[in-house]
Amino acid sequence: MLASNPIFKSRAMIALFMGLSLAACAKKDNLPDNSGQLGLNGATPGSQQDFTVNVGDRVFFETDSSILTPVARQTLDKQAQWLLQYPNYPITLEGHADERGTREYNLALGARRAAATRDYLAGRGVPTSRMRTISFGKERPVAVCNDISCWSQNRRTVTVLAAPTG
Amino acid sequence: MKMIVRFLAGVLISFVLVLQAQARVEIDITQGNVEPLPIAVTDFGGDSVASDIVGVINNNLRNSGLFKIIDKNAYIETGLTLNKTPRFEDWRTINAQALVNGQVSKLPDGRLRAEFRLWDVFAGDELTGQRYDIQPQFWRQVAHIISDKIYEALTGESGYFNTRIVFVDESGPKNKRVKRLAIMDQDGANVKTLTRGSDLVLTPRFSPTRQEVTYMSFEGGQPRVYLLQIETGQREVVGNFPGMTFSPRFSPDGQKVIMSLQQGGNANIYTMDLRSRSTTRLTNSASIDTAPSYSPDGSKIVFESDRGGAQQLYVMGAGGGGAKRISFGTGRYSTPVWSPRGDLIAFTKQSGGKFLIGVMRPDGSGERILTEGFHNEGPTWAPNGRVLMFFREIPGASGGPKLHSIDLTGYNERPINTPSFASDPAWSPLRN
Repeated sequence: MLASNPIFKSRAMIALFMGLSLAACAKKDNLPDNSGQLGLNGATPGSQQDFTVNVGDRVFFETDSSILTPVARQTLDKQAQWLLQYPNYPITLEGHADERGTREYNLALGARRAAATRDYLAGRGVPTSRMRTISFGKERPVAVCNDISCWSQNRRTVTVLAAPTG
Repeated sequence: MKMIVRFLAGVLISFVLVLQAQARVEIDITQGNVEPLPIAVTDFGGDSVASDIVGVINNNLRNSGLFKIIDKNAYIETGLTLNKTPRFEDWRTINAQALVNGQVSKLPDGRLRAEFRLWDVFAGDELTGQRYDIQPQFWRQVAHIISDKIYEALTGESGYFNTRIVFVDESGPKNKRVKRLAIMDQDGANVKTLTRGSDLVLTPRFSPTRQEVTYMSFEGGQPRVYLLQIETGQREVVGNFPGMTFSPRFSPDGQKVIMSLQQGGNANIYTMDLRSRSTTRLTNSASIDTAPSYSPDGSKIVFESDRGGAQQLYVMGAGGGGAKRISFGTGRYSTPVWSPRGDLIAFTKQSGGKFLIGVMRPDGSGERILTEGFHNEGPTWAPNGRVLMFFREIPGASGGPKLHSIDLTGYNERPINTPSFASDPAWSPLRN
């Protein structure tokens, strides 16, 4: 329980300050996205493994945002190039949110992230008829620690390839 | 009789004074501080069902936070049977202010007969009494009904013990959670799962009029709102919408489901009439409008929207349009739920890195925070509008949500026992 307003306010300030400094740290090592530089890693060109390992199947978002970061746009540029080269994969864009939001809002936020990703890929020439979106809200975290480093990995859109057609 | 009523009237009036006194400060944590009323519930006869019934009654009254159960060992008058008038001075001596005696007997046709009488010890009056003939398997429900009668006679409020909770049972690791719809009595007894766990299910809500819940399921990889008949297990999709539908809730007459429909990056609020199947769009904004909840008279809807930049609460007419923002404190506000009494709206609030549960009046005034911590979410009202339930996340990889209840005053917070992790509770109406 909060004892009084002054204490509450100072605690809130501390929490805010800590949040900001941690967010600054998190930006520096904004995890994957750079896997394309690692070479082919033995994956067959055009395979799902090739896409995941050499292109990068996911992009990350800032807290409560569906704006594509410069790093995310780079990854999506590479995804678009690959997807146009291998046009037989139907694509599902899975939008996710971290656990620091309420359930209903996070479902919509995940959908908003998936839609932003789809729109960007469409702008790079990937036909919308190949793409569907789904949101899992905060229901499917990949990282489960109670820490901003995990939450930032969970705020994501994952480009999932289905079995190729034709 | 008057004595007890006067005593409890005093309690209620002091609640009101506390609320009014604190409504003037912006953020207000009310720790109600009520002296529980001492009550004695004597044996209802010798057999085990009788003592089980008394156990359930005692547990209900104690958990309400309004009563103190007097230990049997303190009784001076023992062997008080249903048809005897109590020796009131014996009960006054041990400071029992209310007294319950009763009897459970077997009828020739196999049914149970449960009877009770409630006494005002200081006035020496009988306040109420009832007899119920039931099939033996319904002994728990009759214990809840008797608890409600006692609560109603002593507080003047309607009861909430003969109710159920529908919720989401959670098992398995955090990154592969299995979620099942489940239902239980208000006190955590009689847990039954309603879905098998093969599909992700979220946010179940009770029908106010039928044995039915509406919820969201990811069945077939298509997240949509469903209806489920509790008794038969029969399911159906609500409406034929071109996208994800979520955050459903019934209208107070049970004839409509209100929910959000996702369209691109925006979510708008729709209703579907369950008889005519016609749908109506109620909001039309480039924002996330969700978590709609009707006022109990059906004339208004409270919902959350980020149309102003971050999640805040808005109230509009039931026909849509003219939404007015009602939340103006520091932080973001979400998951609003209108009290069944109509006087308050409960919500989740995120502020200072924490998740709080609070209430405010429908015009946004009188905000009070009931509980706060790392993560509290999703309040639901008991049908009498006096008690709320919500879920609280225990942080970390092995953590998960558990259900808690709290009095409207912010007093008497307690965990609800569930077999596993549990989230998204929704309180049923009072059962018949």
